[in-house]
Parts: sequence; C-alpha cells; structure tokens
Amino acid sequence: MMDANRKSRIRKRLTDWALTGLLFLAMCIICLPGLWIVLNSLRPTVEIMAKPPVWIPRELSFDAYVAMFSGVGQGGIPVVQYFRNSMIIAVTSTIISLAIGMSGGYAFARYRFRFKGGWFLGLMLTRAVPGIALSLPLFFLYARVGLIDTHAGMILAYTALNIPFTIWLIDGFFRQVPKDLAEAAQIDGCTRWQAFWQVEFPLARPGIASAGIFAFLISWNEFALASQLTRSTDSKTLPVGLLDYTAEFTIDWRGMCALAVVMIIPALLLTYAVQKHLVSGLTSGAIKG
Amino acid sequence: MATLTLSQLDKSYGAFHAVKAIDLDVSDGEFVALVGPSGCGKSTTLRMIAGLEEISSGDIRIGTRVVNDLPPRDRNISMVFQSYALYPHMTVAENMGFTLKIAGRDKAEIDRAVTEAARVLEIEPLLDRRPAQLSGGQRQRVAMGRAIVRDPDVFLFDEPLSNLDAKLRGQMRTEIKQLHARLGATIVYVTHDQVEAMTLADRIVIMKDGRIEQVGTPDEVFNHPASLFVAGFIGSPPMNMAPATVQGGRLVLGDGAALPVPPDITVPEGARVTLGLRPDDLYPEGHGIHSEDGHAVESRELAVDISEPLGNETLLFVPFGGSTWTARMLNPRAVRRGETLRFHFDLSRAHLFDADTGQSLRT
Repeated sequence: MMDANRKSRIRKRLTDWALTGLLFLAMCIICLPGLWIVLNSLRPTVEIMAKPPVWIPRELSFDAYVAMFSGVGQGGIPVVQYFRNSMIIAVTSTIISLAIGMSGGYAFARYRFRFKGGWFLGLMLTRAVPGIALSLPLFFLYARVGLIDTHAGMILAYTALNIPFTIWLIDGFFRQVPKDLAEAAQIDGCTRWQAFWQVEFPLARPGIASAGIFAFLISWNEFALASQLTRSTDSKTLPVGLLDYTAEFTIDWRGMCALAVVMIIPALLLTYAVQKHLVSGLTSGAIKG
Repeated sequence: MATLTLSQLDKSYGAFHAVKAIDLDVSDGEFVALVGPSGCGKSTTLRMIAGLEEISSGDIRIGTRVVNDLPPRDRNISMVFQSYALYPHMTVAENMGFTLKIAGRDKAEIDRAVTEAARVLEIEPLLDRRPAQLSGGQRQRVAMGRAIVRDPDVFLFDEPLSNLDAKLRGQMRTEIKQLHARLGATIVYVTHDQVEAMTLADRIVIMKDGRIEQVGTPDEVFNHPASLFVAGFIGSPPMNMAPATVQGGRLVLGDGAALPVPPDITVPEGARVTLGLRPDDLYPEGHGIHSEDGHAVESRELAVDISEPLGNETLLFVPFGGSTWTARMLNPRAVRRGETLRFHFDLSRAHLFDADTGQSLRT
C-alpha cells in the first residue's frame, strides 16, 4: 500500500516538474523574437546579419536610439511626430470604439429588438474581411472625400475595424450582470442612467477594460491600412515609420529594431496599467450562488 | 406606510394576456400574499406595482397617488428579489445604504439607518463583508435590510424564500412575520408556496391564468374555497376530489358507490358535480380532528392501500368510489396494508363544485 502511494506521489511530482519545464520552454520561444528585437537595437548590422547568429553581443551601444531622435540627415526620423500621430489616432479611436461598444453591447445584452440576431451576425461578418482587402476601396473613397493623410481618416478606419469586436466582447460581459441588479437599483432610487453607471458598469468593467486594450493595440500596431492611407508626417503612424529605415538597397535593421522597441513600450505600459481592472468573477454573490 | 389599490389592472405581451383586469385593495399595514402556479400572473402583477413592467391599462394607487407611469424610484416602494439582487461590488453596509446615498442623504444619517436595520435583522457583524462572502440566509437578510432602510410605503417580496433550503425557509418565514409585526408595514408577497401564503398573510389572493380566483383570509380560502382550483391549491395534502352525479338525492361516484348530498347544499337532480373533502374530514373512527357531534358523518368500512406514518399523524390512502382518497389519522397506531377500518366522511365539511364551471355550489 505504502509503495503505491509513494509511487503515485513521485509520479505526480515528476509530472509537475515536466509541465513547468515545458511551460518555461514555451515561454522562451514566445519571448525570443521580442528579446531578439531589443538585442538587435543595441548592436551593429554586421553582428545582426552574421551567420551563424551571434547570441552573445560583443558590444552594445545606444547609437540607434540617439540617431533616431537626431534631426533628419543625421540618420534621424520624425519619431516624435509619428509617436504623436499614433497616440492621437489610437487613443481617440479606442475611446470612440469603447463608447459605441458599450452602447451596442448593452443593447444586445439587454434589449429585444427586430433582426437582433441578424444585426449581430452582420457585425461579426465585417470582421471576416481582411483589413488589407479594404485598403484599395478605402483609398479611393478617402481620396474622393479628402481623408487621405489625416488623423480623422485613420481614426474612422480603426474605429470601424474595432467596433464589432468591442460590441461582441462587452455584450458578453453585460450578459453576465444579472438584470435584477439594475432593477433593484432603480427601486433603490436610481434613474435608468444611474443604475447603469452605479451598478452595471462597475460589474462589466473587466470586459470593457479588455475591449479597450485590444482596441488600442489593434490601432497602435496596424500597418496595412496605415501604409496606404497616410502620406506625410501629418498622419504617419509608428508602424509606417518603420519603413523610413528602408532605403533603395539597404535596410537599417538596427534602427528599425530600435523604433520597434519605442513602439512596444507604451503598449506594455498601458496593458500593465489596465490589467488590474481585469479581475474577473466580480459578479459572483449577486444572486443565489 | 400606505394603502395600495389596483383597479382593472391589465397586462398583455402582444397576443399573450398575462394579467386580466384585476381589482385589489390592500389596506394600510396589511400583509397580502399573491399565490398561484407559475405563469398565473402573480409576478407580473408585482412587477407592475414596482414599476418594472409597464401596465397595459387600469390604475395603480399607492396611498392617494396614482403611480401608473411613475418610474420605480418615484413610487417609494422596496422590493426583495427572489435572487436577492445584492450589488456584488459593494459591502453589506453599502448595499443597504445605497438607496439613501442615491437620495443624497449625509453619511451620518446613512450610517444610523444602516446600523439600525442591521440591528433589527441581527446582521451587524456582516456589515463589512461582500455578498459573495455570505450564506444564502445571510444574503436574504441583507436584501430585507436594504428594503427596510428605504422606509417605503409598500414592501414587495418576489418569492424571497424559494432559494433557501427547507429548514432555513421555515426560520425566515417566522422572521418575516415578526418583521411585519414590528414594522406594521404594508406588504405584497408573491409566492407559489401555499404554506408560505397561509402562514404569513392577513389575506391571500389566489391567481390563475391572469385572473383572481379568490381573495380571502387564510381561514376563508381554506374552509370556503370559491372554486375547484382554490380548493385544490390550498391545503396540504390536497383536498380529495371525486366526480359525482346527483341521483335520487345522493351523490353517485365513479364505480356506483354513493354518499349523501352534504347538508346545506341544494343541487338539482342529474347535476354533474365534483365532491371535495379534505383529508382532515375523512378519518378512521376515533382518530378524527373534529368532534362528530352535530356533524353529518357517513361511515364506510374501507381497506387501506398505503399508509404514510409521519409520527404525530398517519396519512392513509384508501380506494373508494373509483378514486383513491387521502385520510388523516390522528393519534395514529400502526396500520397494515389491506387492513379494513371504519372511515368517517364528515360531509358537513364537504364541498361541491359545478363540474363544468368549477365554482363552489355552497352558498
């Protein structure tokens, strides 16, 4: 008996170790590209292009970063303008997507209306169209109405891209908030509007926060549409700015990687800041349970 | 506190007529239970009183105010939901004080009201917890506390005990009754459990298919049911029902057995009726609940099919006249299957219902 117990205990421990090892390996593989980018932004192109690859860098320098922020002509690119454009476009389109996503998600979760299923399916189907397929029609359209190379144009495109997703995600979270709660709040003296903000919104916040992160990241990282619809420093975003490092015959890999790092940082910070809202299971205890 | 008046209150959802022009007066401080099977319109009626459901036509008055189109918050009512509907992101104290916070009262006043309600319901130690950390009975108490804090004109209860286990339900029932006695509140209480309705309410409203079948005190609906439906719904175990035809002044049952027509009831020859007799009014000789003096008692020797001993009493199931009758045996002794006993049918307490309309023939 003792033997069987001990054997089973050892087997369980070995399985745990094996799984932890596997997870670590998977994490390494996932993190490698990111690490490689950070590494490459700090060393010369020769070393980046070396075959076989050099894993341990021989010299590290921040030259690429310094150059990036130097004026045009000294290897610099208008990174501040790009950053500003990216920020304005991503933040604005996220806010609009969230506002519409909350209204739409709430409506789909709470109200009955004609063709509800059809509307919902229609919204989801728009996501089935790859963004790049839209770039040419959008280009013609924007050229006609003068939205090429404007913030408004990019905000509009990204908002349209994000809304189906935010509605879908937020709808699911509002569905989890029992209807009784809003009714109880109304009896307690709230208007419909107060009941929403005091009770339903706080409970759906994790979903709204996740929708916000996704919407921001999609807008922040999008390249295909932006490369077609932007022209100048008036509206070019950071991903498009990466192209500044390609010349006719050469690609400045180090500079490109440095810019990529600059791009990743705000996204990381945002995700970190918002993640504390991503506490799920807040609704437990509302009803019987 | 205030009176509550429903006049010709009506609700339709498209083609579905949920509540059909009901009238009801609830006096100040009265405890009224709406009871009926699911889909009878009792919850819809309650939600219309609360303002959570629009009314199709008719009037709702709280006190002297017509509140037909007022939003819930302007009706000065409180409601305890079946699901409790506690706000999970707030502590117990915040849950209870929420209504006063929304009303813009100052913190000291809110604290005082919450502490007072918590004291009444004995939930003071729970005030800092969140609903997820409470048991079912505690959540139920908090939900009631939230209702009390508002100091409403009318309390509405929507099946508040149906999520609790049997023991806790009995306990909470007593507490609700004590609470009503202490607050003197006007209460409308929806339940599908006739025991809850009987034990709690001053008056019971029995609903069926969107209509009121009968309104009366527990005693009235139990002893003088207006219809077959009420007779069958109120009382546990349910009333014995047997179809019968009036022939030669006697009630002829399914297999030809006959009983006399109950005294005080006149029925025409040949009428098709349903005879109703509560298990309390059918008992083995010497084991009855009522004294037999002055009662029209009819006796039959009958064989017992099944007996269910409950300790203080035993339920006997006896085939007679084409159906199986339930008899209640007080001061019970062991009864063997197939044993023949002398059963008394207390016909002065029997009911007759019209077989077509289901209405009571007792006037």
